[in-house]
Amino acid sequence: MDVEITFSVNGAARRLSVDTRTTLLDALRERLGITGPKKGCDHGQCGACTILIDGRRANSCLALAVAHQGAELTTIEGLADGEHLHPLQAAFITHDAFQCGYCTPGQICSAAGMLREVEQGWPSHVTADLTAPAIVLDDDEIRERMSGNLCRCAAYANIVPAIAEVVRR
Amino acid sequence: MNPFRYERATDPHSAITTLTASPHGAYLGGGTNLVDLMKLGVATPDLLVDVARLPYDRIVVRPDGGVNIGAAVKNSDLAAHRTIRTHYPVLSQALLSGASGQLRNLASTGGNLLQRTRCLYFQDVTKPCNKREPGSGCSAREGYHRNLAILGASEACIATHPSDMAVALAALDATVHVQGTGGERVIPLVDFHRLPGDAPQRDTVLQHGDLITSVEIPACPFGARSAYRKVRDRASYAFALVSVAAALDVMDGSVRDIRLALGGVAHKPWRATRAEAALRGAPATAESFGRAADEELAHAQPLAQNAFKVTLARNVIVRTLLDLAEVR
Repeated sequence: MDVEITFSVNGAARRLSVDTRTTLLDALRERLGITGPKKGCDHGQCGACTILIDGRRANSCLALAVAHQGAELTTIEGLADGEHLHPLQAAFITHDAFQCGYCTPGQICSAAGMLREVEQGWPSHVTADLTAPAIVLDDDEIRERMSGNLCRCAAYANIVPAIAEVVRR
Repeated sequence: MNPFRYERATDPHSAITTLTASPHGAYLGGGTNLVDLMKLGVATPDLLVDVARLPYDRIVVRPDGGVNIGAAVKNSDLAAHRTIRTHYPVLSQALLSGASGQLRNLASTGGNLLQRTRCLYFQDVTKPCNKREPGSGCSAREGYHRNLAILGASEACIATHPSDMAVALAALDATVHVQGTGGERVIPLVDFHRLPGDAPQRDTVLQHGDLITSVEIPACPFGARSAYRKVRDRASYAFALVSVAAALDVMDGSVRDIRLALGGVAHKPWRATRAEAALRGAPATAESFGRAADEELAHAQPLAQNAFKVTLARNVIVRTLLDLAEVR
């Protein structure tokens, strides 16, 4: 059953007619040719499909496109400023924070959303003092907050320092 | 995935009327569990009524300290809310110990209560499961059940409820506000989920068409002295083997009042009323915490693979209460 929807992707308005069963991930990849978000598990367990929906990180494989009428979507393709890489993209390259690269768009989008959550003072499972006004984003915090993104190449040892470098800047 | 119609609800009344008239329809919240179950063929609704944009996205702090949480409030917003972090840390900790940052941004308060068990056989349509297909049998009893129930299970079903949030809410005496065709009802959270008995297909006492509108936490004078402790197979992003939600009021070395609930051990969040009764007035010591835990767990009926949960639950109860007794 097809439904007409509109949303913006990386700043551009998009309109398309989708079967109600279409996830945001499939709408982006199969209908709009935006293949940065990857289909890993397709069950919300691996994080490869992570995008920002209205500025917040989310698994696009579990989000039905019809339920996101009017949303502002940002994928890895929308993070860079023209030829100027997003600081997280640059740091991932500097730190060699990937091997095969399949999980990387999801890792970077997730990290971008995560850094906004930290800016807003959101605690995590490993935050000792829930009432602290600001979060100190040490390696334990980064690992916990990024646990929704799996890397089968196990590049975690370089992903954590890459994110930590952006935090320091 | 089966084809389905999609309708975005614009007001609660029309949502309830629409779903009540569609016996095979379902409400859609954040979709993190329902969409997954639809992909797996476990859930096959022919209509989704999207209730995520109904005006239930607010957290209201009452003058007496109680809190009303709209059903559409996202798990991440609830966990980060200042009042919850300060006055009901058990709830923030429970939410933050569940799922991932991405999932918490999608998942709603109402949907969290209604998520289904992660028992392997429930999620596998090729296997018998009384919860998914009543009368087909329970594969878990003879199969993989390391993660399943030790309390309140039945011959028909040994599934556990997967929510962390609900365990904290059970400890906090929360109530669930529900709107249905017959008007509004207020259901204590501890009565909201069912034990499986011979009808494990029914997770809750809701009738088809009932809509959760909010969850209310009554004021708890010692809510600030509360904690959630979760034990799982990984350090992060895994369901509980055993979890404990507790709030403790200690005066002059003895327990004045206590709220205690267990997760990962039953078909519903398990309010440990026996342990609570044993502890009121008792010394706040490891010995009495252990005795109370034993009293609660005396009724456990573990199976071969999950017998370890009895000892684990005892230890986690004692550790959590000792931590709370030491604060201040």
